[in-house]
Amino acid sequence: MPNPEAYVGRPTSRVDGPAKVTGAARYAAEYFAPDLAYGVVVSSAIARGRITAIDTAAALAVPGVIHVFTHENRPRTAWLDYNYRDEVAPPGSPFRPLHGPEIQFSGQPVALVVAESFEAAGYAASLVKVEYEAAGHVTDLEVKRHEAYVPKKKRAGVKPPPEPRGDPEGAFGAAPVHVDGDYTHAIEHHNPMEPHASTVVWEGDGKLTIYDKVQGSQNSQKYVASVFGLNADDVRVVNAYVGGAFGSGLRPQYQLFLAVMAALELKRSVRVVLTRDQMFTFTHRPHALQTIRLGADEEGRLMSVRHDVVQSTSQFEDYQENIVNWSGLMYRCDNVALTHKLAQIDTYTPGDMRAPGATTGVFALEIAMDELAERVGIDPVELRLRNYAEKDQDENKEFTSKELRECYRIGAERFGWSRRNPAPRSMRDGRELVGWGMATGCWEAYFQKTSARARLAAGGELEIATASSDIGTGTYTILAQLAADDLGVPIERVAVRIGDSSLPASPIEGGSWTAASAGAAVQAACGAVREKLLGLARSIDGSPLANAGIEHVAFRDGRIELAGDPERFVTLADAMQAGGVEHVEAEETVSPDILTSMRYSMYTHSAIFAEVKVDEELGIIRVTRIVNAVAAGRILNPKTARSQVLGGIVMGVGMALEEESMLDHNLGRFMNHNFAEYHVPVNADIHDIDVIFVPEHDDKANPLGVKGLGEIGIVGTAAAIANAIYHATGKRIRALPITPDKLL
Amino acid sequence: MNNFEYLRAETLDQAVAAAAANPAAKFIAGGTNLVDLMKYNVERPERVIDITRLPLREIAPTEEGGLLIGALVPNSDLAYDERIQACYPLLASAILAGASPQLRNSATTGGNLLQRTRCYYFYDPGTPCNKREPGTGCPAIEGQNRIHAILGTSEHCIATHPSDMCVGLAALEAVIHVQGQGGARRIPIGEFHRLPGDTPHIDTTLRHDEVVTGVELPPSDYGSNHTYLKLRDRLSYAFALVSVAAALKIEDGVVAKARLALGGVAHKPWRDTAAEALLVGNPPGRERFAAAAEEVLRDARGYAHNSFKIELARRAIIRALEQAAAGTPQSQTDKRIR
Ligand SMILES: Cc1cc2nc3c(=O)[nH]c(=O)nc-3n(C[C@H](O)[C@H](O)[C@H](O)COP(=O)(O)OP(=O)(O)OC[C@H]3O[C@@H](n4cnc5c(N)ncnc54)[C@H](O)[C@@H]3O)c2cc1C
Ligand code: SF4
Repeated sequence: MPNPEAYVGRPTSRVDGPAKVTGAARYAAEYFAPDLAYGVVVSSAIARGRITAIDTAAALAVPGVIHVFTHENRPRTAWLDYNYRDEVAPPGSPFRPLHGPEIQFSGQPVALVVAESFEAAGYAASLVKVEYEAAGHVTDLEVKRHEAYVPKKKRAGVKPPPEPRGDPEGAFGAAPVHVDGDYTHAIEHHNPMEPHASTVVWEGDGKLTIYDKVQGSQNSQKYVASVFGLNADDVRVVNAYVGGAFGSGLRPQYQLFLAVMAALELKRSVRVVLTRDQMFTFTHRPHALQTIRLGADEEGRLMSVRHDVVQSTSQFEDYQENIVNWSGLMYRCDNVALTHKLAQIDTYTPGDMRAPGATTGVFALEIAMDELAERVGIDPVELRLRNYAEKDQDENKEFTSKELRECYRIGAERFGWSRRNPAPRSMRDGRELVGWGMATGCWEAYFQKTSARARLAAGGELEIATASSDIGTGTYTILAQLAADDLGVPIERVAVRIGDSSLPASPIEGGSWTAASAGAAVQAACGAVREKLLGLARSIDGSPLANAGIEHVAFRDGRIELAGDPERFVTLADAMQAGGVEHVEAEETVSPDILTSMRYSMYTHSAIFAEVKVDEELGIIRVTRIVNAVAAGRILNPKTARSQVLGGIVMGVGMALEEESMLDHNLGRFMNHNFAEYHVPVNADIHDIDVIFVPEHDDKANPLGVKGLGEIGIVGTAAAIANAIYHATGKRIRALPITPDKLL
Repeated sequence: MNNFEYLRAETLDQAVAAAAANPAAKFIAGGTNLVDLMKYNVERPERVIDITRLPLREIAPTEEGGLLIGALVPNSDLAYDERIQACYPLLASAILAGASPQLRNSATTGGNLLQRTRCYYFYDPGTPCNKREPGTGCPAIEGQNRIHAILGTSEHCIATHPSDMCVGLAALEAVIHVQGQGGARRIPIGEFHRLPGDTPHIDTTLRHDEVVTGVELPPSDYGSNHTYLKLRDRLSYAFALVSVAAALKIEDGVVAKARLALGGVAHKPWRDTAAEALLVGNPPGRERFAAAAEEVLRDARGYAHNSFKIELARRAIIRALEQAAAGTPQSQTDKRIR
């Protein structure tokens, strides 16, 4: 029976909100130490080649400069690639800062200037003179396309394309209706508000406390220990607050290496903060060249699906995303061929960015489906219903749950889709053309092994602890809600401690798995505390709960009550007193059930509807309305959940219309490396966004039945907008972002 | 950022003398552009002369019936000044089309005139750039040039002047008041900014020791027949791909006077008097507007990524003139284009 007093399921404001808006919440670059020195990175001007000379004399002469680290004087660090491979590293040789004279990408760190003040370090950094011998570089994926290869080593945790099924070529030939198109999008950089930064506090005796901008404190901890040959216990990494990351903090970035290197060498605390332009020198959403071929019968039923992708990676790592599998998963089709290849260009290794792979692949697939609907002459929603996948044909599994039909129905109804005139260019509002488009979204519902600890004190204070992070998603809040409900304490009494490598083990925060995984771990730990408390309560002489099992009691208002007879209870304080303890504590670990994951596929789904208004003559597009109906299992906190989906949608608007990291292929360098020229949506770009959570019950995906919401909001959004633009203008744009020039 | 000496000027003479004494000195007003450029090591002044205490914050009527705007009047104050809103709404609109409220609160009239290009390469000392380091070359010509100029370019530089305010000032025929060691000068706005030629590192005709003291606006008589139309890659807070300031004086159904200036297309606010002349003496109408646009763009030249600006500018000119003729100036708050 749902508990009407429960925090879970109720819109609950962020428990960390006051700390954030008052500035009490501190981020990686906001920690101080009495002996703090400041490091500023010097970045390479060329994309490939070698350093022939590096002159640090002028920099060293600046008053306050302590040291300039270069490849020539870098302290020794681990030798093997293996030591540099973090939890989410793709196959290959991870980048090693200041390793040698070789330059592998533009903006590569070539020196670290450390000084008594940030100002001195910054000035000195501008005086470091580097001479290079440039070698030919290539940063244009089109040029490297013909060298594309299937990566030999697969990246752990990323599904390679499934084997082809049926006879895709034959079926395509036989199909009366065809869609055949090339799709592409621009490279994007994550650009979280908070720049990447590490403050390394030298605690003496080789012990370090590191405040790092990262999505997993234990990932950084292991990396630092392994690269610098330290004992993991001597390295504590804290990321209590993260000012956005979107995947850019999954892997430890080079400022961490540099700050730790300097701290160990100088035996003092060091902070390194990257500048906004340096935020364009590492991970990014890779470029991808996609081709989709759909064959269908006259009713629009898919007969053949082919999706081929060449994705960019660096020269040193085989970064891989699942871009194409969605095309075999999302719709029913018996003849499918999906291929994914890599081509190396001279940039840093790309990395996961909000719904990696899905954002890319689904945007192409969902535009292709819109093209198909038009060719067949049926409504785009109807086309998707006709091809509805009842099971996962890629892996031949049932879904744990899939309320996508309801997403289409409820989303279409809220949007008013039935009033759509199917003909392109048929709808107007004054001078502007109006377009309505839609798309499907899909993302994996992951669940990861995670540990958590719960500790309830006799006074009623509950502390929850897990190394998990909150990158702005609301983890603090949902963990507090879950714990408060489980132990019947007011949420104000719950202290959530996360973002600290010394806490119970947790994976990086990524893949939208944290709510499910950390949440289940917290629930398990609280469950264990409940058991212990009940045991103590029952041990009281003449206990009113003497014969009660855990299923017979409720924890409410600091009491353990007999369900159905709340007058029979033991207070938590009395139970602890009886046991002679001041607090009760338990740590639990949850992990996915292998059998379930062998039998079932777990996905979050959504249906996105978008309205655009286009001033055709001038190419100016306004996204005036978006409705996104999401089926993501149980919603723990409708308020933070909605924020996550909103954020994803806004990023989808950015992908559709604005975001583009521009490479100068002659220089091999990203050029618009600042917020004035790398455009993300501003308030004026965002109008009505309606997020609907479609009821979905899932008792298999994980113990909590939640599927995660951090990423689903972006998947499909760009396609819905591109489809709306087509509907408005009759122009089919298959290359993102759709800037004004593309409509002229 | 380099180390520099900081001086606060209490009088105009002090400011001028301090600049004259050091060829690597820079004035600082709102600092919204200079400080950014210093952080990027693009500007490395040895001496920074703070002019914000100088008495240049008034907007005063002139004998001719216009206004003299002090160089330190913040962009926000200027845009919301009652006299500006009543008599020079085109200028108010141009200012409000630019930057963000926070920036406009800090930015000054003089600083806005002298803001530097937004060319990606100019901002990145890791790349060559003739404007930043004369003689190193212009990578934009063969590189990323989406935001670059289509008019008045040279083989040495194809950068644009990024200001919105200045486009409004060009259409309103403002005169810049400056003072240096050689005394006071008045420079018509059209002669203030330069084309790049073979000296793209020199943006304006202002001398090193000269302080901009004010901007004079002649009387204006366009009523509601004006507009500032700015087209950009997002609906707010982006520099113009193309912008158009247009003002018409219409008497008895005929254009008696026309002013037309473009932003985002050249190294300076681009006013075209020949195009204006084509409009005068004719009733306002799309055909005439198209002829004017043709005239403005006659010598336009595009590069790999910015050729679209030629067509975009043509359409923007026509639309802006339509807005001006109809007396329905573009709103800067409602992003729907009229
Ligand atoms: C993110 C961003 C977005 C922006 N978007 C826009 C936009 O869309 N449209 C737009 O028009 N502008 C935009 N701007 C630019 C903004 O308008 C300018 O930065 C501002 O007007 C500069 O004024 P300031 O007083 O801050 O100048 P400062 O930075 O103080 O000075 C700029 C230059 O002018 C010189 N100077 C200043 N005052 C005088 C004087 N009285 N005499 C002689 N020399 C002087 C300085 O020496 C310096 O070289 C944007 C700026 C930023 C940072
Ligand atoms: S266009 Fe001008 S400012 Fe830009 S790189 Fe070329 S010379 Fe430099």
